[in-house]
Amino acid sequence: MTDDNSRPLIQMVKVDKFFGSFQALRNIDLEVQKGERIVICGPSGSGKSTLIRCINRLEKHNAGEIIIDGIELTDKVEDIDAVRREVGMVFQNFNLFPHMTIVKNLMIAQQLVRKTSKDESRKLAMRYLERVKIPEQADKYPIQLSGGQQQRVAIARALCMEPEIILFDEPTSALDPEMINEVLDVMVDLAKEGMTMICVTHEMGFARSVADRIIFMDEGEIVEQAEPAAFFDNPKSERTRAFLDQILSH
Amino acid sequence: MSFDLNLILDSLPKMLAGFGVTLQLLVVSGLLGLILAILLLLMRLSGKFYLDWVAQVYIYIFRGTPILVQIFIIYYGLPQFEAVRDSVFWSILREPTGCAILALTLNTGAYVSEILRGGVLGVDKGLLEAGSALGMSARQKFIYITTPLATRLALPAYSNDVISLLKSTALASTITITDMTGIARTIVADTYAPYEVFISLAIVYMIFTFGIQKLFGVFERYLGRYARREE
Repeated sequence: MTDDNSRPLIQMVKVDKFFGSFQALRNIDLEVQKGERIVICGPSGSGKSTLIRCINRLEKHNAGEIIIDGIELTDKVEDIDAVRREVGMVFQNFNLFPHMTIVKNLMIAQQLVRKTSKDESRKLAMRYLERVKIPEQADKYPIQLSGGQQQRVAIARALCMEPEIILFDEPTSALDPEMINEVLDVMVDLAKEGMTMICVTHEMGFARSVADRIIFMDEGEIVEQAEPAAFFDNPKSERTRAFLDQILSH
Repeated sequence: MSFDLNLILDSLPKMLAGFGVTLQLLVVSGLLGLILAILLLLMRLSGKFYLDWVAQVYIYIFRGTPILVQIFIIYYGLPQFEAVRDSVFWSILREPTGCAILALTLNTGAYVSEILRGGVLGVDKGLLEAGSALGMSARQKFIYITTPLATRLALPAYSNDVISLLKSTALASTITITDMTGIARTIVADTYAPYEVFISLAIVYMIFTFGIQKLFGVFERYLGRYARREE
């Protein structure tokens, strides 16, 4: 839409989300400016993934407003489509299409959703595969790649849609330790280029060095948000302190 | 008890003369049944309760009754109705082959639609979410993600159903059709040698089944090419 600097790219106002009688999100207020890098952390079941999944309507919120680049998310399919064109997503389990080659994984949505020609799609796909440093894997199937490589492909696939925002849902949680850094490196590069990013992650080193703001969630609420230095060195909430003690104890 | 080898050698070629009829029953009702199965599947997945409900009742009826009874109802029962005799379908229904194909089609369609549904339900939800996140529409996801993956998942059970259908075609012999089983029964009536004739008939079906298994093995390897790490 327009490049109105005063308006946040993502605006969540008093958002509630229920799964049956379980309340997954409570009264979420969140604003994200263009180019901001947000890390969301918190114990499992705290609603981190649900929050970002509401942003591209993989989950439907039950109350409140979510406005993405001026488009409010309602049941209107055109609006949902419009938001999804602006928001890319990277999943914990990569979710590459197993029956398509790597390059086809990167081309399919360009062709179907953006109506890009086959040649143009392939060109862009190869460009992003080079950016994540695995162009030589283009004609393989996902199962033939390591987890780290698959996740880099998944990031490239999201980038091929040229989104304004990328959501990362625990992108390194399913990876063997030696593969985590190759994925984080790609994410750090993206952050440097000014991509608006929201990452649900337990990688506190990444959070400290890359995030503009860290959000701590517990029991469906945003408990605390702060810049990394303040967040790690001087957490205000008791719950945040307990969480940090737990994950940083080793 | 004696075992007459010459009788086998004598009757084998005669039974094989019915191979074409058996093959026709299998292929025609198999293909029509697959189309019916896809229609039923789409009805079940439509999200419209009335379509879903109609498909469920249909499937329940055809899975809940013996195929032999279905053949008898169609062959002996339908011509009782004048409306059927006056309809355009009469040219098909007055022939026993038409009745057999209809019964086999209706029956296999019910089973196969459930097999396909199993395949659809087996597709990883995360892949469909990835499709949504990329902006793909429900139809695009169904065509480009669900269909190819569900096909691969459903194939082993589907090949089982095709083999089962092959053997159901033998029931057509009960309504005067001269498929391989029909011919075998005639030979037995003439020679009073059920042992030799039916054993050789059984072997012919086994060879046929072997061919179907091999064919589906090729399909499975082709559709599963992406699930192998080597190459």
